[in-house]
Amino acid sequence: MDFERFVFYVFAVILVFAAGRVITVRNPVHAALHLVLAFFTCAGLWMLLEAEFLAIILVLVYVGAVMVLFLFVVMMLDINVSPLREGFVKYLPLGFTVALLIFAEMFLVLGVKNFGAEAVAIPARHGADYSNTRELGSVLYTDYVYPFEIASVILLVAIIAAIALTMRRRPGTRSQDPVEQVAVKREDRVRLVKMQSEEKNG
Amino acid sequence: MTYALSDFTPLATEIFLLSMACVVLIVDVFISDERRVVSYVLSQLTLLVAALISWSMLGNDTQVVLSGTFVSDPMAALLKTSILLVTFGAFLYSRSYLVERNIFRGEFYVLGLFAVLGMLVLVSAHSLLTIYLGLELLSLSLYALVAFNRDSGDASEAAMKYFVLGALASGMLLYGISMLYGATGSLDIAEVSRAVATPGEQGILLVFALCFVVTGLAFKFGAVPFHMWVPDVYQGAPTPVTLFIGSAPKIAAFAMAMRLLTEALGGLFADWQDMLIILAVLSLVIGNVIAIAQTNIKRMLAYSAISHVGFLLLGLLAGTTEGYSAAMFYAITYALTAIGGFGMIILLSRAGFEADQLDDFKGMNERSPWFAFMMLILMLSMAGVPPTVGFYAKLSVLQAVIHVDIVWLAIVAVFFSIIGAFYYIRVIKLMYFDAPEGDEPLAVSPDLQIAMSLNSLAVLYLGIFPGGLLALCGAVLT
Repeated sequence: MDFERFVFYVFAVILVFAAGRVITVRNPVHAALHLVLAFFTCAGLWMLLEAEFLAIILVLVYVGAVMVLFLFVVMMLDINVSPLREGFVKYLPLGFTVALLIFAEMFLVLGVKNFGAEAVAIPARHGADYSNTRELGSVLYTDYVYPFEIASVILLVAIIAAIALTMRRRPGTRSQDPVEQVAVKREDRVRLVKMQSEEKNG
Repeated sequence: MTYALSDFTPLATEIFLLSMACVVLIVDVFISDERRVVSYVLSQLTLLVAALISWSMLGNDTQVVLSGTFVSDPMAALLKTSILLVTFGAFLYSRSYLVERNIFRGEFYVLGLFAVLGMLVLVSAHSLLTIYLGLELLSLSLYALVAFNRDSGDASEAAMKYFVLGALASGMLLYGISMLYGATGSLDIAEVSRAVATPGEQGILLVFALCFVVTGLAFKFGAVPFHMWVPDVYQGAPTPVTLFIGSAPKIAAFAMAMRLLTEALGGLFADWQDMLIILAVLSLVIGNVIAIAQTNIKRMLAYSAISHVGFLLLGLLAGTTEGYSAAMFYAITYALTAIGGFGMIILLSRAGFEADQLDDFKGMNERSPWFAFMMLILMLSMAGVPPTVGFYAKLSVLQAVIHVDIVWLAIVAVFFSIIGAFYYIRVIKLMYFDAPEGDEPLAVSPDLQIAMSLNSLAVLYLGIFPGGLLALCGAVLT
């Protein structure tokens, strides 16, 4: 076994373990941290595939931004997860059987015959000066400009939908008014109270 | 790689719609609540102009531009025009309902326009990637629209169900697409179809991919056994949104089926024909039989939509140009009838009262003979009774199926549409032969009255003179 294959199996085992823990641990914070681990190992696998740019983006965007935000939300919301998981053990045997069946069927169809080394040629190795990022950039805004634009519209719709569904003006909401903040005077905030000094005891 | 301006002219409809949707979004921020109607008028104008643009492209030759991701052909032009016009009708019905319930906000129309944009992308897709993106743009806007009435628990529940099941369906479709890519090495529909025509040793892999693609499609159509979301979403969503979901997206789903099944996977016709037969028969049976048991008319129309999808699939599975044009005619006319049917619920509703029970239609003839007559036309059209357009739609689909010698399927379809006629005629019986529960006359705004009348009369007109649209549906496919 060469070193690359060894690295692949190490990453693969950690990835499967982490992904499994994401849905089995009780504590949502632990689940989120396991997801971070899964992303990291996944990025490692992508590195092996010479997709360096995507691997770095995965760590930067998903681990750096999305998961941190996710952790914040999980910590802020005090969700009691135990009622949500009540059916887990009850449905486990059935779910497991179905999953096993699907896996067996898919293995028979997709096995080595169709996607093995004989059926699909191994992609050529690139030299050290080959820039993954450059290759992506050269097709993203040319060949794929139309899908790229649609994807940006989808993100715009996500923004509009999120704002339309959550922003509301309740009567009691406290909000800042910069004009009043700037125009505030000392008299509005500070009140000097004349008090008689207390007498010293004893 | 450089693009010339001529590469973008086939996209004129999409570019115009996108720009205008953004304009409406910005204008809506700067106007006060009293003048909210400006957003509405602007959206309606956008739809009309876009419909004109795409109609003007009807005579153009087929053109594939932008590195094979976009196709402009006569079928796309016709379907886009009908989607835009149906949406125009759907927006017409929506205004008074939204105003009465204090949810008359610009976002409704902006999200609606983006949903239409998603449908147009779907209709003109020439790459599996574009199909997926168009579908997501459509679905995402629809999820938000279903949840639009934030104070309604039913709407939130419906949106949640729609979202979860829709995400699952998208996942299925995406998995099928990834398998197709693995087997053929391309996302371009023309290249996929070339690879599928000579499958070699990968035949089983292609069928495997096909299963997932058909599952994803059936979810979007709402065909049995992937129909569970339809009744709940139709009932829970605000009525104008139900009206929208139940009409234009059906045309888009038809286009998606055409692009995926006949254009990309035409070589696997024998395989997907069998799958569609199962879906069609189950949809006809379950849709028509369960609709009888419904007391809520939105739920009833949901099951009726499922049975109509069964009919639409009949046209697709015939696999001939005749069948495809029949299915296209069915999709367009069904969308027209559906907006009328749901529009009638809006017409009977008023602030604080939803006329979504069958009993609300009791004695409608005494309250308003004209609108009772309009509803009569719509119900007869859904049941497929001449001289309405539903009759011709069903007839041409059945003809196509008989011409490819699947007579038993035609018999099953006719048998279950007779069963289905029961619940449509029950509505007519309630309107004409039962005493009304309340005697207040209908207070309907004039635009709604005109929309309703035009809509039903169009259904009647197309039923008496179906030749023009039928010929057009045939012409754009050859």
